[in-house]
Amino acid sequence: MSALADPNFPGDAALATALFSVDPVGLGGVVLRAGPGPHRDRLIAWLRSLLPETAPLLRVPLHVTDDRLLGGLSLSATLRAGRVVAEEGLLAQASGGVVVLAMAERIAASVVAHVSAAIDRGELVLERAGLTGIVPCRIGVVALDEGLDDERAPAALSDRLAFKIDLTAVSPRADMGSPPDHVLARQARGLLPVVELGDEVVEAFCQASVALGVPSLRVPLLAAAAARAHAAWQGRTRVEGADAVVAARLVLGPRATRLDQPAPDEEETLAEPADAHPDREDHVAEPDDSPPKAAPTRSSSPSSLEEIVLKAAKSGVPAGLLDTLVLGPQPRAAAPGAGKAGLARTSSDGGRPAGTRAAVPRSGERLNVVETLRAAAPWQRLRRRVGESGSARRVEVRKEDLRITRFQQRTETCVIFAVDASGSAALQRLAEAKGAVEQVLSDCYVRRDHVALVAFRRDSATLLLPPTRSLARVRRTLADLAGGGTTPLAAGIDAALALALEERRRGRTPLLVLMTDGRGNVARNGSEGGTAPAADALAGARALRAAGVRALFLDTAPRPRAHARALASEMGARYLPLPYLDPVGISRHVQSLAVGAT
Amino acid sequence: MVPFPFTALVAQDELKLALQVVVVDPSIGGVLVFGDRGTGKSTAVRGLATLLPKMRAVAGCPYQCDPAGDVAGCGAGCTAREGRNVVEVPVPVVDLPLGATEDRVVGALDLEAALTRGERSFAPGLLARAHRGFLYIDEVNLLPDHLVDLLLDVAASGENVVEREGVSIRHPARFVLIGSGNPEEGELRPQLLDRFGLSLEVKTPEDITTRVEVVKRRVAFERDPRAFVESHAPHEAALTRRLQDARTRLHDVVVSDAVVERAATLCQSLGTDGLRGELTLIRAARAAASLDGETEVGDVHLKRVAPLALRHRLRRNPLDEVGSTLRVEKAMAEVFGARS
Repeated sequence: MSALADPNFPGDAALATALFSVDPVGLGGVVLRAGPGPHRDRLIAWLRSLLPETAPLLRVPLHVTDDRLLGGLSLSATLRAGRVVAEEGLLAQASGGVVVLAMAERIAASVVAHVSAAIDRGELVLERAGLTGIVPCRIGVVALDEGLDDERAPAALSDRLAFKIDLTAVSPRADMGSPPDHVLARQARGLLPVVELGDEVVEAFCQASVALGVPSLRVPLLAAAAARAHAAWQGRTRVEGADAVVAARLVLGPRATRLDQPAPDEEETLAEPADAHPDREDHVAEPDDSPPKAAPTRSSSPSSLEEIVLKAAKSGVPAGLLDTLVLGPQPRAAAPGAGKAGLARTSSDGGRPAGTRAAVPRSGERLNVVETLRAAAPWQRLRRRVGESGSARRVEVRKEDLRITRFQQRTETCVIFAVDASGSAALQRLAEAKGAVEQVLSDCYVRRDHVALVAFRRDSATLLLPPTRSLARVRRTLADLAGGGTTPLAAGIDAALALALEERRRGRTPLLVLMTDGRGNVARNGSEGGTAPAADALAGARALRAAGVRALFLDTAPRPRAHARALASEMGARYLPLPYLDPVGISRHVQSLAVGAT
Repeated sequence: MVPFPFTALVAQDELKLALQVVVVDPSIGGVLVFGDRGTGKSTAVRGLATLLPKMRAVAGCPYQCDPAGDVAGCGAGCTAREGRNVVEVPVPVVDLPLGATEDRVVGALDLEAALTRGERSFAPGLLARAHRGFLYIDEVNLLPDHLVDLLLDVAASGENVVEREGVSIRHPARFVLIGSGNPEEGELRPQLLDRFGLSLEVKTPEDITTRVEVVKRRVAFERDPRAFVESHAPHEAALTRRLQDARTRLHDVVVSDAVVERAATLCQSLGTDGLRGELTLIRAARAAASLDGETEVGDVHLKRVAPLALRHRLRRNPLDEVGSTLRVEKAMAEVFGARS
């Protein structure tokens, strides 16, 4: 208990790890946000020591293939035995234990979907060569999130994992203390099945999650599981107020998207703010800025339990979140669970299988075992009869049988809009620009392009929307785009270029649509006036051309000017002066650019 | 794992209605469920499987052919099966998991038989298993494009044609496609969208009492699944009977010319493309009437299913998806309001 009672360590890391080890399946798992380092390793080691010795703890690498994740045909065994031999996938192997997902912030959507399905159902439905049927898969998940800034583990995953541990702010030299007691963990696991949970606790969790603006119904469920695990850890057979308090702090707090104070106007940007209960607001008037140690109140009378739970949950609200809530959300704060939890990446289309073809695999290409064997199978009798020097092989595979998996690569386009939202370009024209972007978007939708949105104004450029195919998000983000301020053109170009390069690394073809009047007045170092802003913008433009990113320069100035044209030619962009933005025309140009790119 | 009982789902009435409607009339052609995470989309579909009344099938047929129906298309020789034996089988509800490989979906050369016995035989895939039943695709918007193309083709023709590795076979594959997904994670291809007869958007319930009830039931279910399922068994049985009755009565339900006309007016005022919308609307209204035990389709049924049947058929401005429900409602108010 000692390490747990003294959670000096941020985010109650030890406590969360201990509870997770009590009920990995019920709690789903942990999002562990931290760079690689001793702390992270230590937590994993703790978890290892807390789990039963027989429970597997398997690491799933970022670029795991479906074959390894779900299982598939084993090439060597099949060829040796002359019959179909399948190999279990990582998820099935991990059943009864824990999988550790490396770099969860970059994980492919398909992997997320498989892991989520396993969490939801406790089993895997397999329809793969050599493996058909349902295999048990009761797992807990540790998602290692190494994201910077806005990069986060996908929302579909974090929604299912009870705990979030954030170690990013912890000094590498900080002392983590001693690990939780594994004997206690074992006893708690034994006790867990008989731990009772009263309805009043469930109600308190539901009330608190609504008050904190947490729409997902999985969250109160996870909180209930956490409360039971905590009760079991304490050796109790019934969940008490103290257990609910800990669960609220660990599970509800980090997910809060608002505190129950009068909502500022901007909060409408949060997707469907759950119907705030007016009567809740007088219970707790002001937010708790200084996280108090979890109130050790033992009272469990229903009315006060709700207050206690809510208060405890607030103490678990991350400090940074509190600031953004009090100051009003930044324009980038999107829907809870979506924008907030970061990019739900649509796919890792650097290599999405798209059928097979007959060919000898060269470097970088992947042999498709099943299809190869299928191609070889009908000939086996004949080939054996021809009998090439008493071959001991059970299956004879020849060169013409080889099949490789075709991957869809570099066929996808990502259109990056860099929109000048400054006062000079914007105020009168921002609405038109939005209209144009929407028109292009609906075409992108049809072509299944990805779309990203960068806006620049005042002193910086902001990535408003990471590449997505979700028009729901694009629409919301666009609606929130406000204009005004100075023009940091250089910063805008730089940000767009960085994003373009990142997209290229991901295997997509970036296309840049820059919408500005070309009159930058903020330099890279943030200074205004003088010649630096223009020079920096030119430098950025040259970098863009050097990188070979295709671009379209839409001059939004009321009257086209020479310097905008010069800038466009420096970046090797197609220049379109659009005194009157014509959405359909823009869309046509983007399309022609895209055709040229592939 | 026992699925959570369908009748124990709290709220989500539109979702439950849509699923029951396609059970009563599978020709409506599928349901698309889009919505927030954790709203019980998958739970509802999986719960549906246990509700379905059993169906009769030719014994030994891999495509579970209907003994009373036309078996000419069966590739497994049902036509030749003299005095076909008939068995009662559960209606298949087949999961198409995201990682499914193409050969498992369409079927392919039976590798085992080919390698060990040198035989060339066909191993039917998921499409064969789903024939006369339901094909459920969770996260349908994340399905690889080449699988989507394949599904579109089969869904349109009702037949699966396999031509690969020396296997040449065709078999019937008529199924109700049920897709679910979260629009935040990617849009669905427009072509696939049109393939679904009904579509709806589910939202997390916002009022506290409902939310508490949802969580309580889930907690109770997780504690003791069997006891929980047991306690809902009477409701489940009642719903199964209701579905069965609605199905047998379906073709006796009268659709008056007035109703057809109103459906047409509604579609016209919404500018839906093609006749498919009207047809689906009328079929769905008929199924809803049958579920109610009515003998004739009334306005109330049209109204109830119109958003389901038309929402995704409005002339597309893909950026304006949220507004489509409102547009249907507005048009309904005009069409029906004028009469009353």
